[in-house]
Amino acid sequence: MEAVDPHIEEILSSVSDPEIPVLTIVDMGIIKKVEQKEDHILIHITPTYSGCPAMDTIEDDIVKAFDEEGLKAKVKHILSPAWTTDMITDKGKQALEEYGIAAPKDASIDKAALNGEKGKIKCTHCGSMNTKMVSRFGSTACKALFQCEDCGEPFDYFKCLR
Amino acid sequence: MKEINKELLFDYIIQLGDSSMILGQRLGELCGHGPELETDIALTNISLDLFGQVRNYFQYAAEIQGEGKTEDDIAMLRYEHEYRSALLVEQPNKDFAYVIARQNFYDHYHYMLLEFLVNSKDEQIAAIARKSIKEVEYHLDFSITWMKRLGGGTEESNCRLQDAVDNLYRYTKELTTPTETEKQMAELGVGPDLTSLQASYYNSLNALLTEAEINVPKEIVFQFGGKEGRHTEYMGYILSDFQYMQRAYPNMKW
Ligand SMILES: [Zn+2]
Repeated sequence: MEAVDPHIEEILSSVSDPEIPVLTIVDMGIIKKVEQKEDHILIHITPTYSGCPAMDTIEDDIVKAFDEEGLKAKVKHILSPAWTTDMITDKGKQALEEYGIAAPKDASIDKAALNGEKGKIKCTHCGSMNTKMVSRFGSTACKALFQCEDCGEPFDYFKCLR
Repeated sequence: MKEINKELLFDYIIQLGDSSMILGQRLGELCGHGPELETDIALTNISLDLFGQVRNYFQYAAEIQGEGKTEDDIAMLRYEHEYRSALLVEQPNKDFAYVIARQNFYDHYHYMLLEFLVNSKDEQIAAIARKSIKEVEYHLDFSITWMKRLGGGTEESNCRLQDAVDNLYRYTKELTTPTETEKQMAELGVGPDLTSLQASYYNSLNALLTEAEINVPKEIVFQFGGKEGRHTEYMGYILSDFQYMQRAYPNMKW
């Protein structure tokens, strides 16, 4: 996201992904542009996955957040540039880990892990690397399901998308 | 670049969307019925990806049409002969081997199609494709893994997959056989020249079958027609389920 008015950024940062509440839409990297129009603010957002059901909710939440500050906002969905997990900010990645979702690794580690190689993703519960993939499709389109072989707990891994 | 005829482009986008949509609907039928929890989630996630991609295509189609309709009208309110999906994707979920073989036959084609479309002369189609291809890469990986597992698994799983392949292979050639619309789009650089994809499609598909210890079917009588609106009997049943809410309660919303 390019630099925007701090007040607007603050409003945007109050909106989070309904499926991952600790991640604000700013940290998720889906805000691509903010345009001051004559009578409203136009927010350009790009979807994480084509079928992401959270996008409509996020749109409503953005409009509502601005409305509460007495501002009128509209949301435009854009597809280009396509979202990648690199667009998640460092702060966002940290928030994911603290929430119990392993943050996306770089493409080569991601590929090995999703092809079933063990020991690539750190357990978000106990920090062990002794983990294995259970399913490359998880509870939402963006996640895969892993399990720790030391503490036995399951956890989500946010898949790398490039 | 030559001026693109609006109706032709609309028709092409419908074709791009329809096969993925009908496959997505077939996969949706498995929600809660997958052979194991992880597979159930995977298949419905793939369905969701496909519907998301189709929504992007149909929003674009509705914009081109300019009659104030939405993507939902295009998806839900056409008659059977107006759907341009390939025959392959309407084939039923007979068993898990059929689901995987159908998926894999489509994924191979879908990925090759998107590899071209990311550079389509039509900017919006290219943008949708650049988004979709990352998702379809996962689909292809998933179905390839399962083809190998079933083929190289037990005698029973190999036998079931062989049966599915023997029955579904006849629907594969339609994917890479262009309709009149697809031919014209290829000339304009909007879509790929499907005929030229055919050899590499069968090379990679047949190599996978061999690796999965499945015999490549011989002396096939290939079936065509879905992309021109001539469907198998299954299509009517799919649509009656798919369209039920909109037909029974017009304009209803969630
Ligand atoms: Zn652990």
